[in-house]
Amino acid sequence: MNPGGLDYNYEDWTTIMNMTAKTSVLNLTQEEFIYPGNRACSGCGLSILYRIGLKALGRDCIFVVPPSCLTVMQGLFPIAATQMPVLNCTFASTAAIATGVRAAMKRLGRDTQVVAWAGDGGTSDIGIQALSGALERVEDIIYICYDNEAYMNTGVQRSGTTPQGTLTTTTPLSGKAEASKNIPAIIAAHNPAYLATCSASYPLDFHDKLLKAKEIKGLKYLHIQTPCPPGWGCEERMTVEIGRTAVETGLFDLYEIEDGQMKLSGPSQKLLGKTSLRPVREYLEMQVRFKALSDEQINVMQAEIDQKWAGYRDTF
Amino acid sequence: MSDAIIESGNVAAAMAVQLARAEVIAAYPITPQTPVTEKLSELITSGEMDAEYVAVESEHSAMAVCIGAASAGVRPFTATSSNGLLYMSEQLHWAAGARLPIVMCVVNRGIGAPWSVWNDHQDAISQRDAGWIQIFAKDHQEIVDSTLKAFRLAELTHIPVMVNYDGYYLSHTYMPFETPEPEQVDAFLPTFEYKHALNPERPESLNTVTLPDARRDVKSIQRGGYMDLRHNLHEEMRLAIKVWQEIDQEFQKVCGRGGAPIIDPYRCDDADFVVVAMGSLANQFRDVVDRLRDDGLKVGVLALQIYRPFPNSIIAEALQSAKHVMVYEKGLSYGYQGALYGDIKSALYPYPSRPCLHNFIVGLGGRGIPTESLFQTVKTACVQDEQMSPAQADEPRWIGLQL
Ligand SMILES: Cc1ncc(C[n+]2csc(CCOP(=O)(O)OP(=O)(O)O)c2C)c(N)n1
Ligand code: SF4
Ligand SMILES: [Mg+2]
Repeated sequence: MNPGGLDYNYEDWTTIMNMTAKTSVLNLTQEEFIYPGNRACSGCGLSILYRIGLKALGRDCIFVVPPSCLTVMQGLFPIAATQMPVLNCTFASTAAIATGVRAAMKRLGRDTQVVAWAGDGGTSDIGIQALSGALERVEDIIYICYDNEAYMNTGVQRSGTTPQGTLTTTTPLSGKAEASKNIPAIIAAHNPAYLATCSASYPLDFHDKLLKAKEIKGLKYLHIQTPCPPGWGCEERMTVEIGRTAVETGLFDLYEIEDGQMKLSGPSQKLLGKTSLRPVREYLEMQVRFKALSDEQINVMQAEIDQKWAGYRDTF
Repeated sequence: MSDAIIESGNVAAAMAVQLARAEVIAAYPITPQTPVTEKLSELITSGEMDAEYVAVESEHSAMAVCIGAASAGVRPFTATSSNGLLYMSEQLHWAAGARLPIVMCVVNRGIGAPWSVWNDHQDAISQRDAGWIQIFAKDHQEIVDSTLKAFRLAELTHIPVMVNYDGYYLSHTYMPFETPEPEQVDAFLPTFEYKHALNPERPESLNTVTLPDARRDVKSIQRGGYMDLRHNLHEEMRLAIKVWQEIDQEFQKVCGRGGAPIIDPYRCDDADFVVVAMGSLANQFRDVVDRLRDDGLKVGVLALQIYRPFPNSIIAEALQSAKHVMVYEKGLSYGYQGALYGDIKSALYPYPSRPCLHNFIVGLGGRGIPTESLFQTVKTACVQDEQMSPAQADEPRWIGLQL
């Protein structure tokens, strides 16, 4: 049984049972939770996962959203592209606002899932304090960070997760000097109830991780990579291809952390069996934002990926 | 009505919040507000108060939790002081713009730099234009009563309310006060119902990007743009003066206290000289007034109980028969003059009688305000007949400088 068309390799039978219950294009609900037509750019990686994510989350949810591309995508007053209740909040306060909504749900005796959905800037930079607080208090919320690796809403400025060497409007000419921060690792250090990484190129993986997150108490953090054609400098049709290449080159890994245990997910786990992965150069050359990278920088990047995967092969 | 309790102002505030049945409390400690936070967490942990206590990691988040809870239809409360209030500033505007009925106690304290933990009003004054209603309490009883009434006001007007009281002078001193019985409060303050509360059964998108111009929704109904929403906030804030008066009357019926929700004049009826002040300073002036009266001077003190919305016509009318008005305050608009003074001056402008105005800055960062120096400055102002140029007369005078 291989519903996602992916070559899973789990030993544990219960896991396989859960796997078989996994969603495929055949049984993904046809119900839509957003209206056709929204303000996202064509080819937006976020819009793919937003649509599919809502299918997993269902109607009994309240969304908390800070300023970001998602704010605009969800619609401008008095028209909404989303069918969900949304509380738009200030940039730094997403996780704290979600805490307040969750506290209210508790008082009202409702199980309604509170979902904070923020960009990488809203999560890794200005919003990290509130998120750290919510993690430490073990708030019962789902927090989704969509990582397009820059402040896109304000016109592609560098963020904490922008990779080293990337061209943005605030790191012009030679690209960002500093390395990006590893937000999932920072979150993992808080010991959340559940942590997963996902990619716009594997929407059903995201879908099923959300299904799982919904069943877990505590703070569930999902970090999703969402390619962004205008910000990354690529054609709209390349979104899924780029996201997949990020995974297949071993640069962006799909994994889950539960009870402190990290486990690679399908598409990344599959790579463990391979002796060599696609070179990262393939990923970099697909995007204008990496034009300033020197061969030397690319070699360093490749070496880091190789080292990371050597470690994975030892661990898993 | 319970027997008189002797407790600190901070405990008085916490008891009022308990009686108001606030359901989500989020606060971050800062002197001199801290004991409110501690008391509420103690009441909740011991089971005496049925609420969620959220130990947030900052004031920005404290207000965020209140915004989240109120948007979901649950009554929140927070308290802060000084830099804590400023750290919330973005959230204050957000709460007001979102029209959320949040109540917050602000235990007034000077702002850093340099650090000061002592009292003045600059924290509240600096947030004057955030769209919050600002109430000033003069004593412990008013802390209790104003806080209870503030919940009603916020929920009727959909405008957040700040109940200010002086750090240390009120927060940490022990004074007698009474608290209403829970049934009395319940009769006065119904359960919070919010028709736009976040609810998956009636999904609404709150605080979305709003365009400069009005726009039709999917049902072709014209909806106001940003400026229209701001206009409504302003207009409804103006109406809040009347609502506050009505609430005070209701409260009086239930609890037997009140009667001076906007201004609280003391011996002002025949006064030629009227002192205007906010907070505990206004009460301190009562002794000064009594002594000056003994000296044969017709002096009164008028306490301003609500600073925003500014009750301009009520104040201006109350000052029509005064010859001199002395505004004493603990906060200013740097580079100009006392904020309250400027407001009173402009309130008087449309009226036929414009008394001579004097502005005194006192007590910044907890600088002592000896009653004797208040007595002397008022007396001097009353008896002086030296002619000052209009420009000189309009400058604030600083009392108690140690330069
Ligand atoms: C306090 C504050 N500072 C700055 C901004 C301006 N701002 C709005 S969205 C944004 C960038 C958002 O970046 P990210 O969270 O990565 O989301 P994206 O736009 O990339 O989707 C910025 C800087 C703001 N709204 N509030
Ligand atoms: S800028 Fe990027 S993230 Fe934002 S809507 Fe466009 S494609 Fe999506
Ligand atoms: Mg971004």
